[in-house]
Order: sequence, then structure tokens, then C-alpha cells
Amino acid sequence: MIDSQLLALLLTPLLGGVLLALLGSRAWAAELNSLMSFFTFLAAVVLTMRVIDAGPQIAFHEQFFIDPFNVFLVALTAFVAFTTSLFSRPYMRIEQHHGKLSTAMLHLYYSMYQLFTFTMLVALTTNNMGIIWVAMEAATLTTVLLVSLYRTPASLEAAWKYFILCGVGIALALFGTILLYFAAQHVLGEGGTALLWTHLNQVKGQLEPTVLKLAFVFLLVGYGTKIGLVPLHSWLPDAHAEGPTPVSAVLSGLLLNVALTAVMRSKVLVDGSLGTHFAGNLMMGFGLLSVAVASLSLSRQKDIKRMFAYSSIEHMGLITFAFGMGGPVATFAAMLHMTMHSLTKSAIFFAVGHAVQKSGTQVMENIRGMIQISPTVGWGLMLGTLAILGMPPFGVFASEFLIITTAMHTYPWATPILLISLGIAFAAIFGKIQPVVFGETTAKSLPHSPALIPVFIHLLLVLMLGLYMPPYLANWYHQAAALLG
Amino acid sequence: MPLTLQIVNLLAALLLLIVFAMLAQRRILSLINLFALQGAVLALSTFVVAYYTGQHHLYYSAGLTLLLKVMLLPWLLHRLIRQLDVKWDVETLLNIPVSMLVGIALVIFSFNLAAPISQMAHGLTRGLIGIALASVLLSLLMMLTRRKAVSQVVAFLSLENSLFFAAASATQGMPLVVEFGIALDVLVATFIFGIFFFQIRETFDSLDISHMEKLKDD
Repeated sequence: MIDSQLLALLLTPLLGGVLLALLGSRAWAAELNSLMSFFTFLAAVVLTMRVIDAGPQIAFHEQFFIDPFNVFLVALTAFVAFTTSLFSRPYMRIEQHHGKLSTAMLHLYYSMYQLFTFTMLVALTTNNMGIIWVAMEAATLTTVLLVSLYRTPASLEAAWKYFILCGVGIALALFGTILLYFAAQHVLGEGGTALLWTHLNQVKGQLEPTVLKLAFVFLLVGYGTKIGLVPLHSWLPDAHAEGPTPVSAVLSGLLLNVALTAVMRSKVLVDGSLGTHFAGNLMMGFGLLSVAVASLSLSRQKDIKRMFAYSSIEHMGLITFAFGMGGPVATFAAMLHMTMHSLTKSAIFFAVGHAVQKSGTQVMENIRGMIQISPTVGWGLMLGTLAILGMPPFGVFASEFLIITTAMHTYPWATPILLISLGIAFAAIFGKIQPVVFGETTAKSLPHSPALIPVFIHLLLVLMLGLYMPPYLANWYHQAAALLG
Repeated sequence: MPLTLQIVNLLAALLLLIVFAMLAQRRILSLINLFALQGAVLALSTFVVAYYTGQHHLYYSAGLTLLLKVMLLPWLLHRLIRQLDVKWDVETLLNIPVSMLVGIALVIFSFNLAAPISQMAHGLTRGLIGIALASVLLSLLMMLTRRKAVSQVVAFLSLENSLFFAAASATQGMPLVVEFGIALDVLVATFIFGIFFFQIRETFDSLDISHMEKLKDD
């Protein structure tokens, strides 16, 4: 039963990738892309219900493992992938109309979009620490050609940087995985089971601490490159600014989360082996540095997508910091913030995408008065910005509030850094977005009407979760937080 | 010390030597040949480890290495540099003696870092983890010092080779599914690199990545 449900979840996007590789140049490829993403989302919902009812599940000879922690990310990933595919339908048509993209490029885009979803879902659901690595690398490979989709010099440079830096990062993560396997072999013996997370989790107390310490450093630096932790972040703003907007939305909203999940899986093992707060301290250090550096970089940005990419670094830093603090409340807050950031940031990128299309530039000084040209785009951008900056009553406020109050109790020295950084980020982003939305305009109208329903669905969810969290959802997050400890 | 162990140690030393040679190699064609040689040494050492430990799946990975890293990838790279007409390109490297010295420092650093781990290893792997880590770091150094796209990719592949060596010698190879997955990723990555070479060349008229340093925060 669980096998077939999981199979449906993983095979739908894979099939979608193959179908779109064959049929991607047809006129209805965009609809097919959305349809396959919708089926993936349905499969994710079915699987989620199952795990909520029946608890953690193991499938396919223990190669896959689904617990409340990763199933919540599966649901989130499938949902955002679906709404992004809805957004990309008119968005990419407008790009094609503007002559920026050819049919062949769109063909590549649709096929890779589905395969990218597939790799993320594999990375989330697999039980094998080696397969997580393979899937993360595959996720880079499927998106690298999408970052350079426009074939402009800047986009090629961004894609090359993304490829090389994430390639190096992920290679270090492989070394970490090898060390983990080396330690596990001494306990579990040789053969396939020594990389299975469920087995490792049972014997984590016996794993050799010195090896695991070194392994975690490599894993954190490796996957941290993909999360965009400072100082390994330099690919992220380029890739987000130069790639097509739907790709920026899924990179920022989903891929970063998936990489963080891989780190969390390793952290559970290392904590069990060391019995100290070594892993947590490292994550807190990287997290704080990312929050501080990213918020200081925000005010220097001129490109709107680049600015929101830095805001992603800031929020991923905050989540990493919260996971690093550990404990049920901080972990709960971190997962809540992951959800809120994914929904809000992708909504912002949807609105930004249409704003950029309307004004024909990504330079914020030249984008003015969105509210006059298109009230929906303008309001979407304004509300999204307020949400990501942590204004109540949006959900981001709730999760940031939880993170900061927990930090006050356990690590009071970190609170001023967090509060000042969030303050600087607020001033920088709000100051730049306010004239973009309310200034005087010169822009023209678009050939296709934009898709803004996804923007408002996301923002509505964020608002709803900020005001009222349904008890089953809270319970679900608590279960997941308990698993991570 | 049995003969097989001595052979594995010899091959490991050879591997480290080849990475140093790659670090100092200016000509792209010779760099690719060195990469093929590195693959051959890797396949041989995997084979010897397989023979010594009696692990059957290691024979498969030795075969896979031979196929992928000695034949297919060097062939692809040779084809690429012929098509891109960069076969006889010579790279101006900054100060080879300095990068050699930095390389030696990296080797000492990795041996120190790996020392506590080596102590808990079986007879076979003692010392090899240090060598593997040293090759990983040296390949990273090579990626940093190179300015041409093709040699950066060779450095990337050499990095992957070093990791493979770490897996084969320290852990008697990763589980076969994982190894196949990694091999597939590397193959796809090389294809995508190839596509990139043409796109970069078309856009910048050169494969020199110093043209690609325009994206900055301002």
C-alpha cells in the first residue's frame, strides 16, 4: 500500500519529465506541465494523510523512509511546485512573446522542471544517505541549464558559477558521506544497510565520535553551499537573478529546504554519537553569520530579484540558526518558518516576475508605480513584502517571534544580532519596494494576462497560519520536531 | 605487509603524484591524458582492493571506473577540445612553485586531519584516507587556480576521482546503488559541461572564464 502510494508520488514527475521531453514543444505543453504537477500534488496529499494516520513508514526494502518531518516537506514541495507551474504558464508565454525564449528553450524548461521536482522528492523521501547525495547532485544538474535558459552572458556566468560552486560543495558532502559510511561499517558491518538512515539512527550512540565530527563538518559545508549559507553563498544571488523567475521561485522556495533537510538528517546522527552540542553550535554560527551578512547586503542591491535572493539567504540563515538551537520549540519554529518562507518567497517571486515583465527591467529604480498599472501585481508585491519582513498578522511573524523568544531564553547573546539584522532587512527591503509599488509609472500592459491566483493563495495561507493554526497541523509539526530532538 | 597492500599503497602514492602533476600541467591535452592515467590507477587500485578483500561488487566498480573514467570521459574531452579547437592551448599559470608549496602544506594538513581516523581503520586503509583527503584538497586548489573552463572541469573530475578513491580504499566501496547513481551524475555532469563549453564559446568567443566575472553586487 505505502509502496504504491510512494511510487505514484515519485513516478508522476518522472513520467512528466519523459512526456514533456517528447511533447514539450507542443502548444499545450504548459498545461501538461501543470497537470503533471497537479497529479504529483495529489499523490503527495494521499501520502501525507497516510503518514498522519499511521505514523512513520518504510517502503521498498527500507530504501525509502517517510516520517512526519519529511512528509511535511513533501507536501510543501509538491504544493509549491504545482502553484509555480500554474504561474509559469502565462509567465513563460509572455517571455516567449517578448522574444526572450524560443519554443526549444521552453521544451527544455518543461521537461527539466518535472525532473527537478522528481529529484527533490527522491532526496526528501530516500532512507539512504548516499542516495540523498545523488539526488541533490541531480537537482543541481536539472536546474543548471534552466539558470542559463536565456543564454545571455550574465545568465551563462551565473549558471557556470552555480555549477562549479555547487559541484565542489556537493563533492565535499560526498566525502562527508563516505566518512559516515566508514564509521557505520564498524558498527553495522559491510553491505547496503550501513547507509540507511533508520539503521544509523538506531545505532547512532555507537558511531565513532571523531569520525562523525569530521563527517558533519564536510556534510554541513557541502550541503550548506546549496542552502546558501555565508560564506558559501556567492552562487545564489546570481542564479536567482539571472534565471527565469519560476526557476528562482522553486530554487528559493524548495531546493534550499531540501538541502537543509539533508543537513538535519546528519545532525540527528551526529548529536546521538557525540552527545554534545557540536553540530548545533556549528549550525548556529553559520546561521547567524548568514543572517547578518545577508541583511547588510540587502541595502546595496539594485536588482529586485537579487535583493530577494539575499533575503532568502537571510531566512535560510535564520532557519539554520533555529535548527542549531535545537529543542522542541526551536525545531517547531524552524519548520514553521521553512513553510512560511517557501510560501511567501515564491509568492513574491511570482509578483516580481510580472512586475519585471511589465517594466522590462529588473533594476528597481526603473520599476515604479506597480499599483497604477496592475493593482493585483502591486498589492501582491506589497503584501508579500510585508509578510516576508515579518509583519503581523502574517505567519512569518509567528515563526520569527518563536525563534527570537527561544533564543532569548537559551542563547541571549544571539538575540541582539538577530533583532538588529531583521531591523536592517526591514528598512532596506521596505525602503526599496515602497516606491516600486506606489511611485509614478511609465510601464506598458502585457500581451497575456498574468497569473496572480497563486500569489494570493500563498499569501492567504501564510495569513491564515499566522492567525490560526489548525490543531492537527500543530500536532504534526510537534511530531516532526520530536523526531529531530 | 602482504604484497597486495604494498601495491595499493604504491598506487595511492602514484595517485597523489598525478594530482601534483596535474596541478603543474600547462597544456590542456596533457592534462586530459593525466586525467585518463589517474582513472587507470584508480581502476587498478580498486581491482587490487577487490582481490584483497574478496568484495565482489568492487570488481563492478573497478570495471565501471575503467569504462567511464579511462575510456568514455577522456574520449569525450578529447572530442570536445578538438571540436572547440583548443587542443594545443597553453594556460599561463600563476607561479607553479608557490602552488606546489601550498599543495605540500595541504598534504601535511590532510594527513594530520586524517590521523585519528586512520588509527581506527583496518590494516589496508591506514594512511589511505589521508592520501584521499589530500587529493581532494589538491583538486580543489586546482579548480581555484585555473582560468580555463576545460581545465576547471578536469579538476572537477579529478576531485570526483579522489572521492572515489576514498570510498574504494577506506570503506571497500559504497553500496552499488549509490555508486551507480554517482557514476550517472558524473556522466550527465560531463555532458552538461560540454553543452556549456559551446554556449560559453558562442557568447564570449573564448573559453577563458576570466571573462565571466561581471556579476557583482552593486
